[in-house]
Amino acid sequence: MASITLTINDQKHKIDADPAMPLLWAIREIVGLTGTKYGCGIAQCGACTVHLDGIPVRSCSVPVSAVASKRITTIEGLSADNSHFVQRAWIEEQVPQCGYCQSGQIMTATALLQRNPNPTDKEIDAAMQGNICRCGTYPRIRKAVKTAAAIRSKSTSK
Amino acid sequence: MRHTTNVSRRVFIKSSALTGAALTLGISFPSAGKETSILHAKDAESLGEELNAWISIDTTGKVTITNHRAEMGQGSFQSVPQIIAEELEVDLSQVNIVFAQGDGRKYGDQVTGGSSTISGSYQRLLRLGASAREMLIEAAANRWKIAPSECYAENGIVIHRSSGRKLGYGELVADASKLNVPSSVTLKDARNYKIIRKPLPRQDTPQKVNGKAIFGLDKKLPGMLYAVVERSPRFLGKVKSFNEADVKKSKGVKYVIKVQRDVFGIHMEGVAVVADTLWAAMQGRKALRVDWDDTGFDHHNTDQLYSKMKTQLESGQFLPFKTQGNFSTSFQKAEKKIEAQYETPYESHSNMEPLNCIADVRADSCEIWGPIQGPDWIQGEICGFLSLPPDKVKINMTFLGGGLGRKAFPDYPYEAAFISREIKAPVQVVWMREDDMTMGPFRPGMVYQCKGALSSRGRISAFETIMAGQNMGAQNPGADKSQYNGDVVDGLLKPYLDRIPNYRFGDTPLESPIPVMWWRSVYASTNAFAYESFLDELAVLAEKDPLDFRNEHLGNPRYTALIDKLRAVTGWNSRKKNEGYGVAITECFGSIVGEVAKVSRNESGKVRLDKVWAVMDCGWYVNPDIIKAQVEGSIIMALGAATHHATHFAEGKAVEKNFDRYLMPRISDVPEIEVHIMDNDEKAGGVGEPGLPPFAPALTNAIFDLTGKRIRTLPFKLNDA
Repeated sequence: MASITLTINDQKHKIDADPAMPLLWAIREIVGLTGTKYGCGIAQCGACTVHLDGIPVRSCSVPVSAVASKRITTIEGLSADNSHFVQRAWIEEQVPQCGYCQSGQIMTATALLQRNPNPTDKEIDAAMQGNICRCGTYPRIRKAVKTAAAIRSKSTSK
Repeated sequence: MRHTTNVSRRVFIKSSALTGAALTLGISFPSAGKETSILHAKDAESLGEELNAWISIDTTGKVTITNHRAEMGQGSFQSVPQIIAEELEVDLSQVNIVFAQGDGRKYGDQVTGGSSTISGSYQRLLRLGASAREMLIEAAANRWKIAPSECYAENGIVIHRSSGRKLGYGELVADASKLNVPSSVTLKDARNYKIIRKPLPRQDTPQKVNGKAIFGLDKKLPGMLYAVVERSPRFLGKVKSFNEADVKKSKGVKYVIKVQRDVFGIHMEGVAVVADTLWAAMQGRKALRVDWDDTGFDHHNTDQLYSKMKTQLESGQFLPFKTQGNFSTSFQKAEKKIEAQYETPYESHSNMEPLNCIADVRADSCEIWGPIQGPDWIQGEICGFLSLPPDKVKINMTFLGGGLGRKAFPDYPYEAAFISREIKAPVQVVWMREDDMTMGPFRPGMVYQCKGALSSRGRISAFETIMAGQNMGAQNPGADKSQYNGDVVDGLLKPYLDRIPNYRFGDTPLESPIPVMWWRSVYASTNAFAYESFLDELAVLAEKDPLDFRNEHLGNPRYTALIDKLRAVTGWNSRKKNEGYGVAITECFGSIVGEVAKVSRNESGKVRLDKVWAVMDCGWYVNPDIIKAQVEGSIIMALGAATHHATHFAEGKAVEKNFDRYLMPRISDVPEIEVHIMDNDEKAGGVGEPGLPPFAPALTNAIFDLTGKRIRTLPFKLNDA
């Protein structure tokens, strides 16, 4: 066991954890933020995607000891009131069905739009390739990423 | 006409939070010799009626609807309130929805399966909303001392037509709750709907984009322990021994115990590692070594299962199901005839949320929380297991991270209750992805033998399909194995059976220790590949257009309308030479769906799926956007089963354990999908499943159209086609 300080959504959490524990379980089971989901445990499905210093990572495959100095953002860190432009786009396009994978989808999409404000269809597909949706919301995810880009460009041009 | 019920029947009883100053109405389900009726909650209780509390309007005018069905992505969270709000004349924003607890006595059948949430209950829901509206109007009319017919309701307000006087529902509920429930109500004409048929946004969306929605795996109870279970990888294996002492050395591990779960009456075994955290349980399991007794049953490989099915088909022995005319004679005599065999794989459900369940078993009660599709079935199962009466077993449903049929099966709550009973504490049992993907019950692998002959006019004169594969129904204890599988015609359009003079269907069930179960659209998901591929082969033999060929054998305006729509939206009559178009039309759960796939070759000459059109005829419907989402999702799930994944078995164990081997369609695999919905006056059919079966045959028929190559075995690689 080791004492580790995690910075999640701008809040510091001092936790005692096995250094080998994946960040996913620290976020869910110790810090208690359950918006980040377990799907496969081997970085194949993307349900556990969070940002480390703005970069999307699979939290199921990052040991908690490796992230002590990093800024972690989870789905809860986008906004609690759905005011974030990606959340707004997801609602506008009615993307979720069961909703389980959507935290990961949204975190991947947010990271994409941060580095590429106007992605093409091909760029969207490439960026979202690591996130599985069993309900098959992919067509709406494509639309929602474009809608998110439009919402943001509207709000920044004003 | 208002009917006055016998006043002496009305008994006022203790007021509860539910029945206090509010108007609370529910529906009683038909029991011996009784019709469905709508009753006051308070009356039902005193009359001992089996009733649920579906809607309650409080003194502020707020409406609470108790949703009796699971929400696993299919939108019942939205559709059920949308129906009630329409006839109740309230805005959806005035409506709050809560999940019902599982209780078969209160809610009737609650298993969310067979795409039945809407099709099974919409008329009752409409009547429920309309009854409450009429009572509120009557209460207002009484207050104004006028006839109810002079008033109407809108937006949660009763309005006197001539004077414009208004009373809000909240002001009327106390009076209305003392009135008799009207015995009959007039329902709106579909053309006047204000809420139904509108693509209103789903109310569960906001909490699914910010991490607030609570799925089973997110639920925590104070003092709860965590369990992970090593289950017998060969399904029927028994625990011989395990290294309890070694595992107990692992930090946080409290118990290492042999456990059971009930799978079709068989107690399948495992060893649970129970710890104070999930991580500790996962670590403890790494040290666990179980010695299994795997004697006394077959350890099949996939190849053996399929050759067994084919040998059975060759034997000519089968359980006949439906027959008409004389198939053998007409097939023998025919000049133009073909035979073909089709194969579909075993599949896991692989919902994004792996199975999990919390159980808290006390000396005389049990409470369950989890992502549950079939709460009433689970309640019955737990009552039987713990010998408890239904009022001592409470089933709580969380959001489901997908269901697809798997989360209707009661084995995982049973196992959680087993563990909680042993350790005398609340426990959450978490299935890791590898557990979820390898333990089944699976969609059964199937082989179909089809034979067909044409008349001189190019019509089907003889048709036979024999199905080989496991019969889900035959797994139940004491099942009559001489019974045919009645699902053999699922997916096939019904009018074909009126127009084909000689046909024969049957099945030759496969015996295997592999547990099998419903998988989105069940047998239709595999039958349709055989039927709709074979119809395409017959159309080619008849040298006819595939849509014309189907239409000639249907002769029914509802089906013709759907074919005309498909023809129009796809530009069927102007398809180009270098493009392949394939169609399939199937019918299940009361809905008819036609799909057309369009394929072409990409720059490197590989087959590419360009577009899919779907026309859904589900009769009466609620929310077109939810229907479109369900059809899109069904097509993508079918794309996965057709071109990406399959579960194989090696020496009796499932091979694919995680998404690195069980490959899912990714966003880049998905073509443009265009969904159309038929408007008609037919009865409501299912929405969540019927879009799945036609996709695979539409795709392989399109590939044949482009390449001349017939694909008869799923899954196949699109790139190799």
